[in-house]
Amino acid sequence: MTVTDTAPAPAPQRPGRSAGRSAYAWLRRTDTGSSTFSVLVTAVLLVVLFGAGTVRYENFGYPQVALNLLVDNAHLIVLAVGMTFVILTGGIDLSSGAVVALSTVVAASLLEKGWAAPLVIALVLAIGTLLGWAMGAAVHHLQLQPFIVTLAGMFLARGLCFVISEPSIPIRDDLFTGLAQNVVELPGNTYLTYAVVIALVVVAVAAFVLHRTRFGRTVYAIGGNEQSAGLMGLAVGRTKVAVYAISGFCSALGGLLFSLYILSGWSLHAIGMELDAIAAVVIGGTLLTGGSGLVLGSLLGVLVLGTIQSLISFDGGLSSWWTKITIGLLLLVFVVVQRVTTRRRR
Amino acid sequence: MPAPPPATTGGGAPLLLETHAMSTPAPSPVVEMSGITIEFPGVRALDGVGLRLFPGEVHALMGENGAGKSTLIKALTGVYRYDAGTVTVDGVPQRFGTPAEAQGAGISTVYQEVNLCPNLTVTENIVLGREPRRRGSIDRRASRERARRVLGELHLDLDPGSVLGRHPIAVQQLVAIARAVDTDAKVLVLDEPTSSLDAGEVAELFRVVRALRDRGVAVLFVSHFLDQVYEISDRMTVLRNGRLVAEHRTAELSRLQLVQEMIGRELSTLEHLDREPSADTPTDAVPRLRARRLGRTGAIAPTDLDVHAGRVTGLAGLLGSGRTELTRLLFGADRATSGSLEVDGRPVRLRTPRAAIAEGIAFCSEDRKGEGVVGDLTVRDNVLLALQARRGWLRRIPRKQGDELVAKYMQALDVRPADPDALIRNLSGGNQQKVLLARWLLTEPRLLLLDEPTRGIDIGAKAQIQALVSQLAAEGMSVVFVSAELEEVLRISDRITVLRDHRAVADVPGSTATLDSVVDLIASGGDRA
Ligand SMILES: Nc1ncnc2c1ncn2[C@@H]1O[C@H](COP(=O)(O)OP(=O)(O)OP(=O)(O)O)[C@@H](O)[C@H]1O
Ligand SMILES: [Mg+2]
Repeated sequence: MTVTDTAPAPAPQRPGRSAGRSAYAWLRRTDTGSSTFSVLVTAVLLVVLFGAGTVRYENFGYPQVALNLLVDNAHLIVLAVGMTFVILTGGIDLSSGAVVALSTVVAASLLEKGWAAPLVIALVLAIGTLLGWAMGAAVHHLQLQPFIVTLAGMFLARGLCFVISEPSIPIRDDLFTGLAQNVVELPGNTYLTYAVVIALVVVAVAAFVLHRTRFGRTVYAIGGNEQSAGLMGLAVGRTKVAVYAISGFCSALGGLLFSLYILSGWSLHAIGMELDAIAAVVIGGTLLTGGSGLVLGSLLGVLVLGTIQSLISFDGGLSSWWTKITIGLLLLVFVVVQRVTTRRRR
Repeated sequence: MPAPPPATTGGGAPLLLETHAMSTPAPSPVVEMSGITIEFPGVRALDGVGLRLFPGEVHALMGENGAGKSTLIKALTGVYRYDAGTVTVDGVPQRFGTPAEAQGAGISTVYQEVNLCPNLTVTENIVLGREPRRRGSIDRRASRERARRVLGELHLDLDPGSVLGRHPIAVQQLVAIARAVDTDAKVLVLDEPTSSLDAGEVAELFRVVRALRDRGVAVLFVSHFLDQVYEISDRMTVLRNGRLVAEHRTAELSRLQLVQEMIGRELSTLEHLDREPSADTPTDAVPRLRARRLGRTGAIAPTDLDVHAGRVTGLAGLLGSGRTELTRLLFGADRATSGSLEVDGRPVRLRTPRAAIAEGIAFCSEDRKGEGVVGDLTVRDNVLLALQARRGWLRRIPRKQGDELVAKYMQALDVRPADPDALIRNLSGGNQQKVLLARWLLTEPRLLLLDEPTRGIDIGAKAQIQALVSQLAAEGMSVVFVSAELEEVLRISDRITVLRDHRAVADVPGSTATLDSVVDLIASGGDRA
């Protein structure tokens, strides 16, 4: 006697069913399938938005405009990657914007004092990771809500910025300015910054870790059902703490990239940037409840946000608050689209 | 500290007999637990319990709902800490802090509730935590092959790339079993693995269990089905109210004795169901529910079904035959893609459960963890949930009336502990099931859809529940009864609709149906008719 699978994908393959429909069925049926589906939706949205810009504004179609989406948002990409890890476990990290600010302030003030740039970079990354690790430990061991813990972390980091320096500190270090001003020339008179290269490497590494390592699969398992993951013998505690440490590291790295972009350290940098990162992750198709999503989606999510920003700055006449309003509406649309397309039907 | 468990009771000197028969010295246990005591706030769940698992033996852990079986298992596998007692594995004292540590020591476990990740694929759920790797990266093809192999071993025809959460509970349970046997564990623990499986899958499972046993694995098996226990086990440990009653060789213990030890009284108090299925299904009367060509693409082919007032209609069929799917259509939990429904001769469209509830239909889901219990609420609140929802949230149930209703049904179903203020997540699996049943029974629906209502319920309580359902039907309620256990469907139903391969193949009166005739129908699909 055999058990037949009663999953909703129509069991009897009707003849004459088009390839398109079976591809669609695959997308709906498998787990990579349904995540890929959400990411495809984001990709389509990106193309539509960008296409709209090209039609509406003369210069929008220049290749460098597209590349600038990456150049202007390299830091946000890194932030969104860290956020993706946390959200996949069903958590949230509200501290990342403040950690970006803290990183710029620490870097700028130490460089001003004449510290060697590599040492400063290492220290900033260590601080971010440590802060993330501490928040993760609080979430796991004290069983506190991630929302509250990282909110506290946000106030702590922001407060520390002010303790170190209230006014903005310019960065004049050779390594930093060199990295900021030199670009990677691409054919067709276009370029990318080193920050973009770093961000893309981070995306690639994250994708590998999430999909090809046991650690990564544990992240998804925790998001699916934390209790079950524990009973399956997975290292739930270690993974949860690590995920916040990763987000802390990414925030610090994002902070360093941001300081390259803006060449200063200031306690009021990056206010609300954690929310941009969360928005990017959600637009990228990752479920806030955890367990489903792709890091590639988060990259696309950042690009969608960037495109909206460019559209509005190209228009010139519109207030930049329109960016926020559009992002707000988009978020809503996305959550709805996700509901409709990825709803589990039995 | 309580004395270590008696080697066996009853029947001379069994140890001697054993050495005699096998002419090899008795092996020493792989796992030996003794004096295990666990206290939860207000309850002593285990009191000085011992358990010995021998290599190459299947050991059944027996006891009523709430006896402490799952708790003992969780003490062994590091989920719960015990307040007193010792656990040795291969003679070495161990105290596992987490399930991961127990797994590392070679103890592989399927817990009572399905504990897998619904968002991941079948393959991933099987290999999670021990994925085959190549050069530091998970080897997906090898993972899939491995999943396919172990599913094949269980003769499970399942797409390993599909998402687990889309499969019915029974399939998920089988995947959990596949995960557990896909290791070279020396101890395999199965807590009610068969509670929602039908005879075919149980046979497959037992084949695999026997193969493992012959390889020297020690298997701990929990089930409320005595037939299964007698078929597979070599040794038994009986628990009652958190205490050890005795350890026996299965061959030396009669069923009568076993039941006596489990319930602590004579078997005669177990009333049997003496309900005559009514032969005269009123074909002229307007049925309470009439489905015509009701179906849903990919789930169930267009089906006709009549449910009359005061009658129990049983749905019989194998796992995946469309039993659950059909019930869900009747409740509006899934939308039908074809056909029509009538309630009392009036056409209705059930697009949502709300619409069905408004028609007086209630549905007790098979997925008690996902669609049933609200873990953080008390037993009382869980029982009253459906009734309150039906009255509307503004019309509170008066405290006193609520208490009376809860007390009445808790007593009728023998929920233990009999404390309406206990959190339901702290109840044993069987007792949670009773609470869910109480929730739907007390709404006194006109049509009650029961999907596996006795899953994980012990023999005593099962008879009580069947009696209660019959009584409610006699008082005028219509019932649709779904169960993987055919005997139960036969015993309780007035009419039986037989399903096979997602379609209804026969409709027979309960009075004439026999186990053999229904099995025949399931197997042949009514082709001969
Ligand atoms: N976390 C907990 N907190 C409080 N009480 C608990 C907890 N877990 C179990 N209990 C109690 O311990 C007793 C034993 O429960 P257990 O789950 O071990 O029963 P069981 O033998 O597995 O029953 P079933 O056959 O219904 O699965 C029950 O009375 C239950 O209410
Ligand atoms: Mg149990």
